[in-house]
Amino acid sequence: MTLTALIALVRKDLKLFFHDRRSVIMSFAAPIIIASFFGFLFQGASGQGGQARIPVAVVDQDQTELSRKLIARLGEDKQVQVVALPLDRALDQVRRGKTTVALRIPAGFSEGATRTFFSGGNKPELSLDYDPSHAMELGLVRGLLTEAAMSVVSAEMFTGPAGRKSLDASLDQLEHSRLAGGERSDLKRLLESARAWNARQEQQPATARQGGLSLPYTLKEEALTSRSATPYNSYAHSFAGMGVQFILFMGIEAGISILVARRSGLWKRLCAAPLSRRLLLGGRALSATLISLIILGVVYAFARLVFNVRIEGSAAGFLGVCLAFSLMTASFGLLIASLGRTPEATRGLAIFATLILVMLGGAWVPAFIFPAWLQKLSLFIPTRWAVDGLDAMTWRGLGFQAALAPITVLLGFALTFALITLARFRWEVEG
Amino acid sequence: MFEIRALEKHFGTLKAVDGISFSARPGEILGLLGPNGAGKTTMVSMIAGLLAPDAGEVLIDGRTLNGDQDPLKRRIGLVPQDLALIEELSAQDNLAFFGALYGLKGPTLRAAESRVLALVGLSDRAGDRVGTFSGGMKRRLNLAAALLHDPEILLLDEPTVGVDPQSRNAIFDNLETLRQQGRTLIYTTHYMEEVERLCERVVILDHGRVLADASLADLTRTGIVKPRLRIELNVGGDGHWLDELRGLDGVASAELAGTQLTVGIADLAADTPRILGWLSGQGMVIHGFASERASLESVFLTLTGRSLRE
Repeated sequence: MTLTALIALVRKDLKLFFHDRRSVIMSFAAPIIIASFFGFLFQGASGQGGQARIPVAVVDQDQTELSRKLIARLGEDKQVQVVALPLDRALDQVRRGKTTVALRIPAGFSEGATRTFFSGGNKPELSLDYDPSHAMELGLVRGLLTEAAMSVVSAEMFTGPAGRKSLDASLDQLEHSRLAGGERSDLKRLLESARAWNARQEQQPATARQGGLSLPYTLKEEALTSRSATPYNSYAHSFAGMGVQFILFMGIEAGISILVARRSGLWKRLCAAPLSRRLLLGGRALSATLISLIILGVVYAFARLVFNVRIEGSAAGFLGVCLAFSLMTASFGLLIASLGRTPEATRGLAIFATLILVMLGGAWVPAFIFPAWLQKLSLFIPTRWAVDGLDAMTWRGLGFQAALAPITVLLGFALTFALITLARFRWEVEG
Repeated sequence: MFEIRALEKHFGTLKAVDGISFSARPGEILGLLGPNGAGKTTMVSMIAGLLAPDAGEVLIDGRTLNGDQDPLKRRIGLVPQDLALIEELSAQDNLAFFGALYGLKGPTLRAAESRVLALVGLSDRAGDRVGTFSGGMKRRLNLAAALLHDPEILLLDEPTVGVDPQSRNAIFDNLETLRQQGRTLIYTTHYMEEVERLCERVVILDHGRVLADASLADLTRTGIVKPRLRIELNVGGDGHWLDELRGLDGVASAELAGTQLTVGIADLAADTPRILGWLSGQGMVIHGFASERASLESVFLTLTGRSLRE
């Protein structure tokens, strides 16, 4: 009789879930749509094509060959889109959020940069006016500008007329400096060698001239995923995050359904049957677990078919994480039913709490951008373990061993929630 | 035989049920009456096993009901005051679900579904979603769901709330059929006419205690409340003659409200002409009068000092 009743309880919940169009949309369509969107965004961020270039407005008040070379060099980089604008328009574009950074090259930049290249002194000032909501991009622009400026200014010093003029001036200054005799003669030899190199380069056609500083290395970058030939699939993370979020919403509804049943009198009818109260709660937990597994199955099947998200790691580990998370979700629902009073008030609070859990769990944005203390704190949040576990078994391609910690922690949360439920649930039905 | 003995239930300092005892026989419909807060629903909840009593016991054929999983609970059917149905499912799916909670399955379950649907006249709507049912149909299905496992004792907690007269009559017919089948029905309601129509015996509760436990006939015969005359007079005023009226033989009480005089009397046939004659003799003109036999409501009023619907 107990098994018959348990099957009936689970079947009823499954029927109600699939009968409710709103819950089906919320549980299947919503995570798929939002995860697809986030996956698309993060695909750009991970360098897999389609990434927007950073708009940079350049105000050239110097109008020299060197400043034009600097602008051209900066514009060669694919990460920025350089547009020359007058100062007022450039600043207006930044204020209105149309341009991320305005670079101002002041008059006298060329002369000042070459003059101070070897000798120091008052250096010319480049201004970067930026949109504060894009502070992260500012760092990238700063780095690219440094590289471009060092390259074109040093090239000018070794190959161009402005550099030669600057070297002459530096040698002249050296004659009148207070440097010690040994240091002065060493520096003089260095500047004279540079001037001789510069003069020799001038005899060469412009295309054959050599000189200027460059980065002393080249970079080989590779995203470390499951296999060296397998590129990172940003959809794997976004589907994990959104799947977790909307399954928790389903868990909330599972808990709320108990509160609704209490209010409607349905709970009385259930309790009037010769069944243990634990069986009644267990039936709800089992159905919520099954629904969670079905949602994860559908969401990941869609991700596999449309975005080629694969379980690159252990399939058993993936199933283990899914099952542990589903059990955690079910007990989370029961916890809500045990702590909540009215369905309306409980739903609002539970959704708020869930959004916090999901946010801190790294489902929306990866946890690595959190401050260090928050990253540590998020280890006490079950969603963090669920998302990390699913990531580990999909795009990271890790083995079952890597799933053990998430599974254990999630089961621990499930057990804790279940124990609180058993302790706090109002078993008696009020009159 | 169904029996409860010295049942008690406290909610904090409130004594909701205070040592209630009564019994009911097979084939009997027992009315349970009381105003809001009298302890009716608490008592029904304890009988159905929804609440654990603080003291006392519920017995079925001499065996004490004990715990959630006691097989004795199978002998009880509960019709809750609220509609305990799943509106999104069909009537048949509802019944299949509730039947399975009592271990029914396969052909036994299907036979039970057909039986109860036929009883409440909903066989032709078995496949329809409950959400599309009228209030009366839902009430009938609410009753049917409690009958699936063929209980000997049926607890009905105000089962006709919000029901149209036609459906109410249909439910009454169903209950009469169940009574004739030998089941024990415990029926709580606010509607006096329902009790008068259905119940042979009534237990009146107030503040968690039994005020009266008697057959309907006994209650009206006890003279707890006398028959009353309502007389419309041509005069109102201070009614200085009322004390003289109250002193007459057979007059239990006399109240004047405006020009309407209400007189409680011992014997309707013997006392009515005498009182009307006395009033005429006092020079008053009688515009009209009506007699009222003792009703259960008036019994309740006398016992508790409060109306049933307060």
